[in-house]
Amino acid sequence: MKEKVISIKGVSFQYPDQEAFALRNVSFDVYKGEWLAIVGHNGSGKSTLAKMLNGLHYPSEGTVSIGGYALIEENVWLIREKLGMVFQNPDNQFVGTTVQDDVAFGLENNGVEHSAMQERVFASLEKVGMTAFLNQEPHHLSGGQKQRVAIAGVIALRPDIVLLDEATSMLDPLGREEVINTVRELNENEGLTVISITHDLEEASRADRVIVLNEGMLYTEGTPERIFQLDRELLNLGLGVPFAVQMSQLLTDAGLQLSRRHFNEEELVKDLWTLNFEK
Amino acid sequence: MDIKLREVEYSYAAGTPFERQAIMDVTFTIPSGQYVAIIGHTGSGKSTVLQHLNALLRPLKGEIEIGSRTIAAGRKGKKLKDVRRRVGIVFQFPEHQLFDETVEKDICFGPMNFGVSEEEAKKRTREAIGLVGLPEEVLGKSPFDLSGGQMRRVAIAGVLAMKPDVLVLDEPTAGLDPRGRQDIMNMFATLQKKNGLTCVLVTHSMEDAARYADKIIIMHKGQVYRTGAPRDIFSDADSLTNVGLDIPETVRFQRMFESHLGHPLDKVCLTPEELAAEVSRLRGEMT
Amino acid sequence: MMEKMIVGRYLPADSVVHKMDPRAKLLFIFGFVIIVFLANNAVTYAVLGAITCLIVLLSRVKLRFLINGLKPVLILILFTFFLHVFFTKEGDILAQIGFLTIYKGGVIKGVLISIRFLLLIFVTSLLTLTTPPISVTDGIESLFGPLKKLKLPVHELALMMSISLRFIPTLLDETDKIMKAQMARGADFSSGSIPERVKAVIPLLIPLFVSAFKRAEELAVAMEARGYKGSEGRTKYRILQWSTRDTIAMFLLVALCAALFMLRS
Repeated sequence: MKEKVISIKGVSFQYPDQEAFALRNVSFDVYKGEWLAIVGHNGSGKSTLAKMLNGLHYPSEGTVSIGGYALIEENVWLIREKLGMVFQNPDNQFVGTTVQDDVAFGLENNGVEHSAMQERVFASLEKVGMTAFLNQEPHHLSGGQKQRVAIAGVIALRPDIVLLDEATSMLDPLGREEVINTVRELNENEGLTVISITHDLEEASRADRVIVLNEGMLYTEGTPERIFQLDRELLNLGLGVPFAVQMSQLLTDAGLQLSRRHFNEEELVKDLWTLNFEK
Repeated sequence: MDIKLREVEYSYAAGTPFERQAIMDVTFTIPSGQYVAIIGHTGSGKSTVLQHLNALLRPLKGEIEIGSRTIAAGRKGKKLKDVRRRVGIVFQFPEHQLFDETVEKDICFGPMNFGVSEEEAKKRTREAIGLVGLPEEVLGKSPFDLSGGQMRRVAIAGVLAMKPDVLVLDEPTAGLDPRGRQDIMNMFATLQKKNGLTCVLVTHSMEDAARYADKIIIMHKGQVYRTGAPRDIFSDADSLTNVGLDIPETVRFQRMFESHLGHPLDKVCLTPEELAAEVSRLRGEMT
Repeated sequence: MMEKMIVGRYLPADSVVHKMDPRAKLLFIFGFVIIVFLANNAVTYAVLGAITCLIVLLSRVKLRFLINGLKPVLILILFTFFLHVFFTKEGDILAQIGFLTIYKGGVIKGVLISIRFLLLIFVTSLLTLTTPPISVTDGIESLFGPLKKLKLPVHELALMMSISLRFIPTLLDETDKIMKAQMARGADFSSGSIPERVKAVIPLLIPLFVSAFKRAEELAVAMEARGYKGSEGRTKYRILQWSTRDTIAMFLLVALCAALFMLRS
């Protein structure tokens, strides 16, 4: 049995000045060491969920437990030690005047000794490949580099879980790749649990498991492969589909034979070839 | 109205210890009525080039011809308003430029700066808001009460209401979800075709460049690396990967298919739809 | 336009002055500012000038940058110069232009005051040119540390300062972007009457405020997410190191002060 690190049971949430519920009866678990992607279009409730996991909102109904602590006001600082956040805007989370100062910020807050601090700043920057930028100021860094520094700042605190709240949505393709690869490495090598809230398909397709939110409700969940089979259903939810899935659909529409809708381009090309051209 | 750049050079903070050269020896033409894509990495000089297209930056060397106006290095430019009316720019994250009390007033800002009467500006506002796919009810609202996606559309409407001849788009869909992205890109393509607008798209997306552009300009390290029609540009994958750019997914898939087939298809397909049709035609021929 | 400003910008290099403890630099400048006002004759000014030249040499900052940095304050210097020239009525009359009478004493005073200004500007811009802003903040926080006992929020103020410093380039970039976006929509920031110009900056100021508030809000959330709960129980990453050269600088300051007292008339 996999170990649960987050457990969300029957959670609903309503903003004080609004009638509609932003989250409605959402339940799911997050397991240790997995990479879970939460997708949904704007207004699906995914950012409300992110804020809740960081202790900025408390459920109107239901319970949330993170790293063994119930999400209530008294536990908020304990929970923030267990779960680190990387936010959307690379600039608005960079507190320090230089890279190393920024990584150290969280350590200073937690009263880490000076000698230990230097070691942890350096080790964290090493894990995200940013040691060459130790004394660089933020406005000389690219968006992707700033996000890697943000990740270093989070892992320096040694959390169990890292939550990426649309952390790649303001980056260019290279920056996105840079950040996703860094997270993938941390997930694989350090056993870090990753939750990424995103509408980037590329990011979601790298996850172990995907949860789709729609209008505040959990629409469906499964492996990326299974989720992307939904195809037109996803388009109706305001989400895109990966290229191979889209291509499978178009080829079938054009009268070509395929055994199923593919998620992987190589499998698609093989299938296309065997069923239609190999005699 | 053509826009021609000739040997344009620009540096930021020129003459200080912080001087940084951004572009050099940039020469290209944006032909009237065409859809031109400028692609390149962050830092390739794309956004510097873009700001020369309506004289927001003035070249340190070389010259730019915008219709009948020539903006040359070393000369003081007067009356740039006409240039700016004719070349509208939608900057990256344009929702950051919204400021007025209502959506209507904000959209009127551009046209009225260029001397359009209030009545005419309001008429244009209603047209523009329809073009970007928002209902007329939003006109009376404060732009700051709208969602991010709606704000983006209002900002775009603010540029469209200026009725420019050339529309310059800097990553207009950055940060939008897939559906919003598609809507907005399709709208620009329609405007370009139906109204004969010249479109300049500055983008990272090879897929968008392949799908929409008539002409592609690739920038690399402050210089023009290649220019050409999409089919020519994307048939030479090596020259793209040399400067760290990808080829469009469709072209990549076509190459995979061709390696099974043993020979290349007749043409490089630029969209998945085109590729599906081409593969289907090929099967028809083979059976 | 703003990118050409040099005042307040740090130029990284490896010199004695760069390596000094920011507290020593701050104390030195504080002392120097007072000493400058002791100077009242050619000898004392010469001594101060020589010391300033020595510091410039030690700092390895190119003189050209320092002189460039003077440009924005040049008008202020010229203004005070002429103010003294025209309104001091001491000594012999040198010239009479219309209703203005220029006295010898006025010219001397004007020149001396201008030199005083120049010295002050040179020395203070040397501080910012050779010290990263964050070190200046650390220095101030440390020097004002004792005031914490009086319940003054020294830590909070220092943090505010360092965050402001961190966001200055970001906000300048943003100003430039919004300005350009509005100029592309036909806004004109550089011509028209004063009321027209005031009205013209509204489309610039409102977006700037909106974004600054949004940034502040997001930053606060991000800081909390990283465990920021005020100064209590907080450790410091940056530790200031007082070394022999800082002590020497302090001795120099005392010696300078003594010399001026002896040499002034």
